[in-house]
Amino acid sequence: MILLVTLAIPLAGALALLLPRTRFLPDEESVRRYGAAVTGLVLLTTVAVAAAFDHGDPRRMQLEVDWSWAPAIGLRFHLGVDGVSLPLVVLTALLTFLCSIYTLRHPPAEGSARLFTGLVLALQVGMLGTFLALDLLLFFVFFEVVLIPMYAVIALWGGPGRRAAAYKFILYTLLGSGLLLVGLLLVAVNAGTLDMVALAERHGHGLTPAVQIAAFALIGLGLAIKVPMWPLHTWLPDAHTEAPTVGSVLLAGVLLKMGTYGLVRIALPAAPEGAELWAPWLGLCAVIGIVYGSLACLAQRDLKRLIAYSSIGHMGFVLLGIATLTPVGVNAALFGNIAHGLITGLLFFLAGAVKERYGTGELNALGGGMLTAAPRLASFLTFAAVASLGLPGLAGFWGEMLALLGAYRPAAGLPRETFVTFMAVGALGAVLTAAYFLRLLATITHGRTERPAGSVAALTRAEYAAWVPLVVLTLLVGLWPKLLLDLTTAPVRALLGGG
Amino acid sequence: MIQSIDYAAIAPVLIVAAAAIGLLLADAFDVPRRALGTLGAGALGGALIAVIALAFGDDRGTFCLTGDLRGDGPPSCSYATDDFTLLFQGVMLAAALIVVLLSLEEITASRMPAGEYHFLLLAAVTGALTLAAARDLVLLVVALETLSLPVFALVALRRYDGVASEAALKLFLISVISTAVMLLGVSLLYGVTGAMHLDRLAPALSRVPAELEPVAALGVVLVLAGFAFKIAAVPFHFWAPDVYVGAPLPVAAFLSVVSKAGGFAGLAIVVALGLPAYAHVWGPVLAVLAAVTMTLGNLVALRQRSAIGLLAWSSVAQSGYMLAPLAVGEERLGEAVAATVAYVAVYAVMNIGAFAVVIGFRRRAGAAAGPDALEDFRGLARRNPATAAAMAFFLICLAGLPPGIMGLFAKIVVFRATVAGGVTWLAVVMAINTVIGLYYYLAWAARLFTAPAGERPQMPRGAAVRAAIAASAAGAVVLSIAPQLVLQAASAAG
Repeated sequence: MILLVTLAIPLAGALALLLPRTRFLPDEESVRRYGAAVTGLVLLTTVAVAAAFDHGDPRRMQLEVDWSWAPAIGLRFHLGVDGVSLPLVVLTALLTFLCSIYTLRHPPAEGSARLFTGLVLALQVGMLGTFLALDLLLFFVFFEVVLIPMYAVIALWGGPGRRAAAYKFILYTLLGSGLLLVGLLLVAVNAGTLDMVALAERHGHGLTPAVQIAAFALIGLGLAIKVPMWPLHTWLPDAHTEAPTVGSVLLAGVLLKMGTYGLVRIALPAAPEGAELWAPWLGLCAVIGIVYGSLACLAQRDLKRLIAYSSIGHMGFVLLGIATLTPVGVNAALFGNIAHGLITGLLFFLAGAVKERYGTGELNALGGGMLTAAPRLASFLTFAAVASLGLPGLAGFWGEMLALLGAYRPAAGLPRETFVTFMAVGALGAVLTAAYFLRLLATITHGRTERPAGSVAALTRAEYAAWVPLVVLTLLVGLWPKLLLDLTTAPVRALLGGG
Repeated sequence: MIQSIDYAAIAPVLIVAAAAIGLLLADAFDVPRRALGTLGAGALGGALIAVIALAFGDDRGTFCLTGDLRGDGPPSCSYATDDFTLLFQGVMLAAALIVVLLSLEEITASRMPAGEYHFLLLAAVTGALTLAAARDLVLLVVALETLSLPVFALVALRRYDGVASEAALKLFLISVISTAVMLLGVSLLYGVTGAMHLDRLAPALSRVPAELEPVAALGVVLVLAGFAFKIAAVPFHFWAPDVYVGAPLPVAAFLSVVSKAGGFAGLAIVVALGLPAYAHVWGPVLAVLAAVTMTLGNLVALRQRSAIGLLAWSSVAQSGYMLAPLAVGEERLGEAVAATVAYVAVYAVMNIGAFAVVIGFRRRAGAAAGPDALEDFRGLARRNPATAAAMAFFLICLAGLPPGIMGLFAKIVVFRATVAGGVTWLAVVMAINTVIGLYYYLAWAARLFTAPAGERPQMPRGAAVRAAIAASAAGAVVLSIAPQLVLQAASAAG
């Protein structure tokens, strides 16, 4: 039932904002505080979920809620968490809460705070629901819930090119979800069930190879747009660049994960034979994405755009991990998911803070010497950039290292030479990643500046409050990767059909 | 030899038909306009209550073949009230009730004769109700004509308006041709099988001698063509946009919801009950028809600059989605019919709602407000937040995205039936089409919330139109909270 509460709180919170302004929370300030309170409550609930979760048996679905919803199409309201979804649920709640805290002092330019808070809460319902759903169609419903709120956040609070970016975002993702729906239904009608747990247990039994291949292609394509996988990524840089800070953080931190989570949770276990056929292609696109993302980053002149392209590279590693179809690789993917959520979330917060202070995100216009002009901000930025380039000891390292390791020894049915090549190219991409982040730091944090020390506004308490938890978690997960790996290892084995 | 008539079963049709004649008489005796509207709405409400009452009872059939004619064959009732019939009748009556509400002001503003208008509307509703209950080919054709004929007159009722007259003439000509084509198909089927009742036609068609099979197949295709006209499927869609633009707006709403629901009811009855043996013929035909209809409808809708033009073409596209499940042929046909029924029911709510807002908007902008461009909707949210919110909700429902859960579920059942029937390619075409659809629905919805370009007149309010918008919005919200209501009802009907 606690999972139901987790979903009900943001939903009720969003609906309450429909009450007339005069009766409920008349001024903007109180609406923002209300948003922080509601998301804080959700975070507490997810912490309670994590506490109630039996960590001794992470592969079992726990805390399940299972009600019949629309028996005519076999749809059940079925929720649950296991070791794969638990970290993502907590990450979602955490990032949304941090965004609300950040918004308290750094509200997005103009527009109604009421609408903004309502949209963020609606977004949270969709994000949490996607990770909690155990019914294919319920998953799809929640997957769709995020579209309109995110569209509105970009279209109403975005930068100068927001309209086009918002349309690009929603049209691309809707195309993805249309294909996803066809793929899910293909699995559902042939297997005769919508239950993800049952489908994972059957591991493709009862589905002909042809159905599995078609289903994996459709589901994979649908989710790959969301991830996004090269060459379907073109919506992402625009959406990220135009979105307000909070939108970028949630987009990068959570929305992209819905794609990779879906691949691991649904596509791999439900259509293993399809996965085997498509894995090399998935790996190829992943590796191209890694290299392409890094090269594109080297060419970027805008901070936000650079971070957006770096996301494509990082998600490439996640996809490469999935493509190996091995426990090591898939664990790496899930680890990379969380790490990317923490680090890129932080990076987008920082990019927002830089833009707010300097009035621009152009690297050249920013000039150098941020360490002199704004030492604290520059330190945070250095930390996040170094974490993102995969320094050992920080969260970014493990996901990429394990993904490459997985590619060195891919699953039995896959062509090993191909994957070893992928590994080599992927490693090259990792080096390039280091290159562009170091170049970024060299350009803006180091060097001289005309701005006198202290001329840039100091960090606010809200900023510390939003960033420090991310820094701490990046360190914690980086130094103690077992924390996450212990959770994911057993369920991943089960999803891949191993014992 | 005398057929016994079950008056309870035909009560909804009787009520509406009697009221239609009563209205015509009352008009002759100069009963005030307001009373005529009330009588029309009351009759529809009464019929709706009758339908609800019938839904609690058992299935009924009437006008059945009598003993010696029947022999040891199936019961062969021409008129049946089962879950399918009642669901369709309920949807059509509720939508017609909204149309009456929407018409009240339009009649005055457009100087149309109230008595004739209400008479024609109720006569058309009688046809639609009968269509959903008809189970033999003759009654189907008669019902279809009863539905079509009054509509020509309704479209042309603004006698001074050249556009309306042209639209009516176009509708008339295309309708007459398609009826002729359909009658030819019916006669071919009768010639091959010697049966008119669908429950006799179906077994007879599965035993057609080989040399007559092409004839039967031709008959099947010709019958489909008749219905394709009614539901505005490509290539029989040409009338729809012109007529929607030319007709009084409530009549356009009637055409796009009630009349279309009637067409789909008839189509589903014929293919599922009468022609399952020829599923290999009509299945692929309908698949292609659905794919072309949704694609063309969506593409042209993209280019529309006026609200009514967009609704017209998007309603062509929506026909494609409704048609898609029937493309499965014999494979899991029951499920497919249920999906179409569910989509029609959901579509009725959201589309009548969108029409209601457009009508209210045009009414308020003054009767002469020519082309009702989409641009005029800019900033509606500032002036009239509740109406704008309702409109945005209808549009999002039509696009099939949350929070329009109702539209999303309608989309899901249609996809599901199509995939289950093994027509995956059509589902993929549909997936791409939903993206195109989203673009124009969303652009319209977004326009409601952008800042208005200039000052627009504050518009007067009409209680009837507001009631219609509120009722549709309430329906949409309820079905979005509990979409299973319509899904369960539809699956019982399938």
